[in-house]
Amino acid sequence: MGDPFVRFQEVQKSYDGETLVVKNLNLDIANGEFLTMLGPSGSGKTTCLMMLAGFETPTHGKIVLDGAPLNDVPPHKRDIGMVFQNYALFPHMTVAENLAFPLKVRKMGKAEIEERVQRALDMVQLGPFGGRRPMQLSGGQQQRVAVARALVFDPKLVLMDEPLGALDKQLREQMQFEIKHIHDNLGITVVYVTHDQSEALTMSNRIAVFNDGIIQQLAPPADLYERPDNAFVAQFIGENNKLTGKVTAADGDRCSVELDSGEKVTALSISHGGVGQKTMLSIRPERVMIGDDVKDCDVHVDARVQELIYLGDHIRTRLTVCGRDDFVVKIPNSTDRAGLVPGNEISLGWRTRDCRALDMPDNL
Amino acid sequence: MKSFKSALIAAAVASVAAGAVTSAQAETELVVVSWGGAYSASQQGAYHDPYMAANSDVRIVNDDSSNAAVAKLRAMNEAGNVTWDLVDVVAADAIRLCDEGLAEIIDHDKVLAPAPDGTPASEDFGDLIVSECFIPQIVYSTTFGYRTDMVSSTPTSVCDVFDLEKFPGKRALEKNPINNMEWALLCDGVAPDQVYEVLGTPAGVEKALAKLGTIKDSVVWWTKGAQTPQLLADGEVVMGSTYNGRLFSVIEEEKQPIAMLWDWQVFDLDGWIVPTGTKNKEAVMEYLRFATDTQRLADQAKFISYGPARKSSAPLVGKHATLGIEMAPHMPTDPANSKTTLLYNYEFWADNRDDIDERFQSWLLQ
Amino acid sequence: MQNSAADAIVTADGKPLKVSLAKALRRQRMFALALVAPLFIFVAISFIIPIADMLFRSVENGIVEEILPQTVKALESWDETSGELPDEAVYAAMVADLKVARKERTNTKVGQRLNYERSGMSSLFRGAGRKASRIKEPPYKEQLIKTDKDWGKVVTWQVIKQFSPNLTPGYYLAAVDAMQTPEGDIRFEDSEKAIHTKLFIRTMIMSVVITLMTLLLGFPIAYLIATQPAKIGNLLIILVLLPFWTSLLVRTTSWIALLQQQGVINDILVFVGIISEDGRLAMIHNATGSVIAMTHILLPFMVLPLYSVMKTVPPTYMRAATSLGAHPWPAFWKVYFPNTVPGIGAGAILVFILAIGYYITPELVGGTSGTFISNRIAFHIQNSLNWGLAAALGAVLLAIVLVFYLLYDKIVGIDNMKLG
Repeated sequence: MGDPFVRFQEVQKSYDGETLVVKNLNLDIANGEFLTMLGPSGSGKTTCLMMLAGFETPTHGKIVLDGAPLNDVPPHKRDIGMVFQNYALFPHMTVAENLAFPLKVRKMGKAEIEERVQRALDMVQLGPFGGRRPMQLSGGQQQRVAVARALVFDPKLVLMDEPLGALDKQLREQMQFEIKHIHDNLGITVVYVTHDQSEALTMSNRIAVFNDGIIQQLAPPADLYERPDNAFVAQFIGENNKLTGKVTAADGDRCSVELDSGEKVTALSISHGGVGQKTMLSIRPERVMIGDDVKDCDVHVDARVQELIYLGDHIRTRLTVCGRDDFVVKIPNSTDRAGLVPGNEISLGWRTRDCRALDMPDNL
Repeated sequence: MKSFKSALIAAAVASVAAGAVTSAQAETELVVVSWGGAYSASQQGAYHDPYMAANSDVRIVNDDSSNAAVAKLRAMNEAGNVTWDLVDVVAADAIRLCDEGLAEIIDHDKVLAPAPDGTPASEDFGDLIVSECFIPQIVYSTTFGYRTDMVSSTPTSVCDVFDLEKFPGKRALEKNPINNMEWALLCDGVAPDQVYEVLGTPAGVEKALAKLGTIKDSVVWWTKGAQTPQLLADGEVVMGSTYNGRLFSVIEEEKQPIAMLWDWQVFDLDGWIVPTGTKNKEAVMEYLRFATDTQRLADQAKFISYGPARKSSAPLVGKHATLGIEMAPHMPTDPANSKTTLLYNYEFWADNRDDIDERFQSWLLQ
Repeated sequence: MQNSAADAIVTADGKPLKVSLAKALRRQRMFALALVAPLFIFVAISFIIPIADMLFRSVENGIVEEILPQTVKALESWDETSGELPDEAVYAAMVADLKVARKERTNTKVGQRLNYERSGMSSLFRGAGRKASRIKEPPYKEQLIKTDKDWGKVVTWQVIKQFSPNLTPGYYLAAVDAMQTPEGDIRFEDSEKAIHTKLFIRTMIMSVVITLMTLLLGFPIAYLIATQPAKIGNLLIILVLLPFWTSLLVRTTSWIALLQQQGVINDILVFVGIISEDGRLAMIHNATGSVIAMTHILLPFMVLPLYSVMKTVPPTYMRAATSLGAHPWPAFWKVYFPNTVPGIGAGAILVFILAIGYYITPELVGGTSGTFISNRIAFHIQNSLNWGLAAALGAVLLAIVLVFYLLYDKIVGIDNMKLG
């Protein structure tokens, strides 16, 4: 792959001179990659995007795009397309004028502008809407115009700042695919910021999970979900069952943990602090077995059914396990559900490789 | 708690009863309209305070609306609700108000007190009664003041105002043809007794404007009497016309380096009219008899340097109430000051003001 | 069977749906009406009625016929273009009218009215009141002319006849520096002597200049306020509003202290050596003074609408434009600026309309070259008492404002105006 296309190198950012919003960020993005910065609000992901776009200056460190340092390049010379949260379409221009804007400031010929604008409109399936004003379009259509405008001048890089936040769920999912397809077709590099994990999982090649100004984990979606590196990622991405205890022994990639309720279980050693330290065990709800499947499991525990929530394709079951009553299991609708009645005692289990011993977060 | 409540009721009853008693005394409130500032203060000192001291049932309220009195009186009259009882106006306005039927006709001998020696009021005031509605109060003049420290020699003639070579610098003149036109003609060689004859013709108007045109670029035009004293005090103008009382206060009270140029001062009159439709006519007439008697008119000159309108008051003019200086030499009517004077020509201006003013204003715009 | 489709739909109790709906809506409408009624009455009393009164006054002329009824009637048969004096009957009627008028003290009133049209009428009628009452028997013509030779001038009677109808275009003609000759022709004043048209044009030009000045100064201020954090923005807004807390007169006179030739600014310029002692600038008592003082006074009226519009323009527009490759200046002009046009329109029309009617400030600092038509209107209201002419001038001013308003609507569109 050679040199990275975008490189953040020891980047730090502070607004007030007292606290760092971005702490020593190092991140390489490959050409053609769809990278998502995911994190709760205030985690520093948008600041990183703004530094890349040139609207914020790094307090320390440098950002390189395509081999050239960006620090002293003003935003309008960076050749980076950007899709804003509320689209930022210019209301006094028609859709076509909006799309022509970046071409006009580049002093392109009239014919070429027209051709490119039409091509961009066709790309987002808005061919006949060029003469309309943005206000006359629906939210989804405005979104597409914003994407088209960010792409029409063939930028080196496209940044998207929570572009789907204002859309309803159905439209959002549809747009996720459309954006993904555009990315696949054009092979362009996209840096995408969102706080919505399902959006991130659907679209990205890699996801950088931000918290507290630090990248907690940088990995492809599947890795991130199935193999979280730490308690924050485990809890932030997807649903997660937590059990807390103390590490009593560690051997290679395995460790023994004595739960707070007294049970002893074996788990994968990931990021716990070592023997004698508290740890949080993470097990994804769909990796917990009940009924006949339990016999394949390495760990067996008793549980009491608290609540059943029927969700069509599966049943969400809340149980009390090892002293915690927020333990959730997703039971496929095809499974035999005998004995799943609130108040009943059942047995459940999981495999050791699905149980990860992580650091103990402060809030548990 | 109960006693507190009954105390409250008792207090309420008492205050209602007290109110009934005061209203039974039937206090009369007279709204007297005047010019405000030092002038109203002089009337307060010479007329209102002594009158109220002697008549506890009369309360005099000042309203400083004289500069808009004509328009306001007309509006009140049209609305059928005249809230003023006595209005201080210049003679020209009194004539206009009388013409419009907005002022009461006064029988001067009947309403006003005779002089101490028994001379009837109409004789004591003489030809200063320029309208049958008008009760003269003071003689004032519009004349010039100049900065003593900004001239190389002492100006002695009104024509020095037109002499930019001898007295360079700006002049303040009223934004109004009255007086300016007369001075212009006088300094353009028209004989004093022919000024109005000349001014009554279009050619005469142009002649006056041509003379004013020689200094037009050096004139600051004023609209309010207070402007010239301020412009003089700031050194914005070298000389300027205004009312003599205004100059007196800036010279004697504020001690500014300003002196009077009395040459061809224009006498004008200021006095009372009783608005038609006043609700307190009887009380007003009683007040007027007091406020325009010989002594009272002389008393006003203690506060401001305007001459009393009664012949019989002149010998009684004394010293300034606070400065302690003799007032006689500061009166426009003092022989030393009144060697050359004009008297505001009421009839001429009543007839010609609209036309000449329009021409004057269009000349200003050129 | 009902024949129309509308009657076919009925509510559950059998009433036509339209009737029920109207009934339901009537209550709402009555309630809404009750809410606006106080304001409506207030506007009617304080705005509509005075304007109607003004428009009426500008053509109203009942006074001559009211006070001189017999004369007006007698003059009907007189041919004013003949160059001959009216006959004895007219003089007899005039003497009779004057006797009544003398008793009612109205002879001077009609003299005042006619004096607006011809100088000398005022004293003619004042004197005639007294003198006519002494004429007991014919020949009236000879005796009346003996009291004042003006009664023997054809033009005197021409003026009386010309202004005897109850309605007159005379005030409007005067408002545009024209007059009607006794022959009925309309004659315009020489441009040298014209006053009102000159003042109208000057008022327009100065108001436009003042509007542009407030825009020039107000736009950056509004931009600054709109883009600052709320805390600083609020403080700046208070500073902008601060001038409202002092009286207009005080603000105007403080400009005099600053701008006059011996004033603060000139002193500083002389002290620094930019101008010489003799070269002190005349910045007040002229048009410059009016423009400076009024720009200051009217500035908040420009800043506030601009600010309220700018606040609604998202800062991402500028970011979007630069990210699309536009240099900050074109980004500002092509993207930010067009979005503030509604605020500019609102502020400009507000300032312009306020400026066009200003009179205290120009009166005090305008000298001769900086006065407005309003100063003339005030003069006719307060000094000359020629309310008819004042009303006509006011009506012309109102018409000009309406024309500007329509022009604005045509060019910018009144719906595009945003006051907040």
